[in-house]
Amino acid sequence: MKRITILVPAAACLALAGCAAWAPPQPWEKGALAKPEMTMGGDVLTQRFDQHIYSSKESARGGYGVGGGGCGCN
Amino acid sequence: MTNHPTSLARARRAAVLAAVLGLASLAASAGALEPGQALPVAGVPGDGGATVPLVDGKAHATYIDFWASWCGPCRQSFPWMNRMQEKFGPQGLRIVAINLDAKRPDAQAFLAQVPASFELAFDAGGAAAKQFGVKAMPSSVLVGADGKVIAVHQGFRAEDEADLERRIASALGQH
Repeated sequence: MKRITILVPAAACLALAGCAAWAPPQPWEKGALAKPEMTMGGDVLTQRFDQHIYSSKESARGGYGVGGGGCGCN
Repeated sequence: MTNHPTSLARARRAAVLAAVLGLASLAASAGALEPGQALPVAGVPGDGGATVPLVDGKAHATYIDFWASWCGPCRQSFPWMNRMQEKFGPQGLRIVAINLDAKRPDAQAFLAQVPASFELAFDAGGAAAKQFGVKAMPSSVLVGADGKVIAVHQGFRAEDEADLERRIASALGQH
């Protein structure tokens, strides 16, 4: 029992220490992530089409990077 | 495991200590620039390889901008910086835009589309950006003639323009 109380936190510490080796990209290293092909979903036209259907059905829009004019019209 | 009060208290104390240490290390790694501080970097290599000084001793205020070709707001900021250079250049404003693209041709392609009428420097490895503690793209630092930071700004939106312009004007007025 005593061994478990030592081993489990020790294993957890080791596992968490592994995360420390992973450094997130710096703000200026996100060039590859900014490419259009890195976006989720299809191309711009497909996404606009999907968002148009979604906003018409749900009366809710935005949050997907598709620009709205702010006029409130679909 | 027993719920022995002393061991529980000890564990809790250890957890709090670990959390505090973790937060402290996060804060130490942030290292963002604050107004009143001196610049961490004196110069950045220019197009030809010669070092471009960030504070040249002549300008009354220097607007240092970190940008990259793939960054949308950076594209919006260039025409504004051209306007600022034209408007405040005669009053002693100097603009230095530090490119952070990993590949120089990307920056050159961007500059062919969006010409810049101010000084450019290139920091492909991000060494200067790291020392400045750049948190967002673009980031800008307004520096006085004494080399001390006046203001730091992250990002660039159309609604930021008036505020940034006011800061530049007041920095030039103070001189």
